[in-house]
Amino acid sequence: MSELSKPQIVEPALQRVNPQPRASAGRSGVGLGVFSVGLGLAELIAPDTIASLIGLPKTPRTRFVLRALGVRELLAGVGLLAQPRSARWLWSRVAGDAMDLALLGGGFNQKRIQRTRLIAATAAVAGVTAIDALSAARESRQSSLGELAQPIHVLKSITINRDPTAVYEFWRDFSNLPRFMDHLESVEVSDERSTWRAKGPAGLTISWQAEVILDHPAQCIAWRSVLGTTSVPNRGVVRFSAAPGGRGTEVQVDLKYDPPGGAIGAAFAKLFGEEPGQQIQSDLRRLKQVLETGEVLCSDASIHRGPHPARPAEDHHSIQTKGAAQ
Amino acid sequence: MKANCWMGKKKVSVEQVPDPQILNSHDAIIRVTSTAICGSDLHLYNGFIPTMERGDVLGHEFMGEVVEVGSTVTKLKIGDRVVVPFPIACGKCFACQQGTTSLCENSNPNAWMAEKLWGHSPCGIFGYSHLLGGFAGGQAEYVRVPFADVGPLKVPSHLSDEQVLFLSDILPTGYMGAEMCNIQPGQVVAVWGAGPVGQFAIASAKLLGAERVVSIDRYPYRLAMAAQKAGATDTINYEATDVHEALMEITGGRGPDACIDAVGLEAHSHGPIYAVDRAKQALMIEPDRPIALRQAIRECKNGGIVSVSGVYGGFVDTFPMGVVVNRALTIRSGQCHAHRYMAPLLDRIERGEIDPSFIITHRLPLSEAAHGFDLFNKRIDGCEKVVLKAA
Repeated sequence: MSELSKPQIVEPALQRVNPQPRASAGRSGVGLGVFSVGLGLAELIAPDTIASLIGLPKTPRTRFVLRALGVRELLAGVGLLAQPRSARWLWSRVAGDAMDLALLGGGFNQKRIQRTRLIAATAAVAGVTAIDALSAARESRQSSLGELAQPIHVLKSITINRDPTAVYEFWRDFSNLPRFMDHLESVEVSDERSTWRAKGPAGLTISWQAEVILDHPAQCIAWRSVLGTTSVPNRGVVRFSAAPGGRGTEVQVDLKYDPPGGAIGAAFAKLFGEEPGQQIQSDLRRLKQVLETGEVLCSDASIHRGPHPARPAEDHHSIQTKGAAQ
Repeated sequence: MKANCWMGKKKVSVEQVPDPQILNSHDAIIRVTSTAICGSDLHLYNGFIPTMERGDVLGHEFMGEVVEVGSTVTKLKIGDRVVVPFPIACGKCFACQQGTTSLCENSNPNAWMAEKLWGHSPCGIFGYSHLLGGFAGGQAEYVRVPFADVGPLKVPSHLSDEQVLFLSDILPTGYMGAEMCNIQPGQVVAVWGAGPVGQFAIASAKLLGAERVVSIDRYPYRLAMAAQKAGATDTINYEATDVHEALMEITGGRGPDACIDAVGLEAHSHGPIYAVDRAKQALMIEPDRPIALRQAIRECKNGGIVSVSGVYGGFVDTFPMGVVVNRALTIRSGQCHAHRYMAPLLDRIERGEIDPSFIITHRLPLSEAAHGFDLFNKRIDGCEKVVLKAA
């Protein structure tokens, strides 16, 4: 197949990426957590100082209320520091802010108050409430999208003792992929599109069509599922580069899946196990075996599903066998 | 067929199991004539190596006759008499082409397990846990050998099984232990452990030109074998003699130029440190007991080489890194790259430079494998090496 596109049109998401967490993730959560712990400690240890700062009288009742609020702040703060991206802890801060505002509002009816300080304190709490509410709303939105729809992203590499052209050519014939990709049942290539079939749990088969969006011999191949042919949109790029020191080819696979919610999504996630990376790494190891030694190596135990004693296979149909030696 | 199976800690038994089959086109099936119990089998026997399953066929030292070959095998044919190296190696990957076959990148189908424990995976090994591939071993009547054109070495008919069997593991392992010492004329080499690998390390150190070779063990019969058969110039029974004082006397106060640990993770000693190590091992805090290794590092001369042939599986505590750094020691180790030593060592056997059969103390039929494990594990009846006759 000829080159279908030029390198500059490759999707930005498929550029060579180094996995790194979002730098800003949870930053506001951590900041608010530290703030909560600090305020909580101050309220617990020095309620009188706090009382005079916010313009409330230093009565035993004020002291008791401030200490109680201190305990609440500490709990919320520790919770946030442990899980800075948890919407639940952020919303707990918002609830606390509402309580504080209510208490401060009630303060205006008390005697012996310093009105200016109380107004300033109320304004400050209102500001903090706004920040808390914004952070909580943002995290809630992201987690409701995120828990199920967060794309599965896998980036894995292996070095194969063959030249980049040989590795590229083997991969470019997509019908070879099921030889080393454990979960793939078949890939049928027709013209510009290919039909991929993967086995899922409980006999479920997932099928989709893919199109090549980038094809540079001995360098890289990028493909993506065709819109509307799957409920699991996926895309991948594999890059081939000469390994230094005459050690063959470095193969880097970069896959992204957007699993939907529901049963198919769950099945798809299960396909890749708890560690999707491990499945792909094992696939790459089998690719290396096929390209270096001609076939995937079996051991007596590896041809059985799950742990099995390393005693010779009793019954094995998927590999051509000959009569055992007598 | 009959095969010796791991049935749990300190329990092996010969069971009826299905015959092996060709699973890959590069396989051969070998009818085993002789097989042996390795010291490292005792680590499995005593439960120190993880990922063993009840029913696993043991054995990685074996030889026999080719009875079946896969469709892509070209160098072996039915009827060939071969010795099979214990590491399974493809011969095609970068590690194999560098001659480091115990690091074969393609021969462990369970590489992911080994990566979890060790970071990267070494080669697969016959009958040596699922971590190292889940391959059925050779303490059996028949065994499947992958990459049949790469590993098995044809042996001439005028040499007996007992003369060539140990090319499969312990002779190359002992030889590599000595070779890693980079022995120069006039040097003194100390070898901890006078088991089979220790004996061959001693013999190899002599072959490689060591001036003096010191054997350290606690069994007089093993020390006697080291002195009379392997060629040790000096022996130290660590239960009767202070090892440090003895080595200082032998080396004029320098310490040995090179030290070989041919003991591994089940080292014995005495005193409080040993008690602590045993307790930690029993509590599974420290998988390996590095007593011999610690002493080898401590005794080695400044700038010397510590060569580790003994098997370690996981972690050791109180490793004397300060000694290594401040006295500029070199530590070398590795499972033996047996493939690259087999042919040259076969030449030495043919030339009469070494007859490895001197270590054999017990010859038993395969059916008595459990008795052999017991003898070897308890070091009773002067046991040094058990050979099982499978046919």
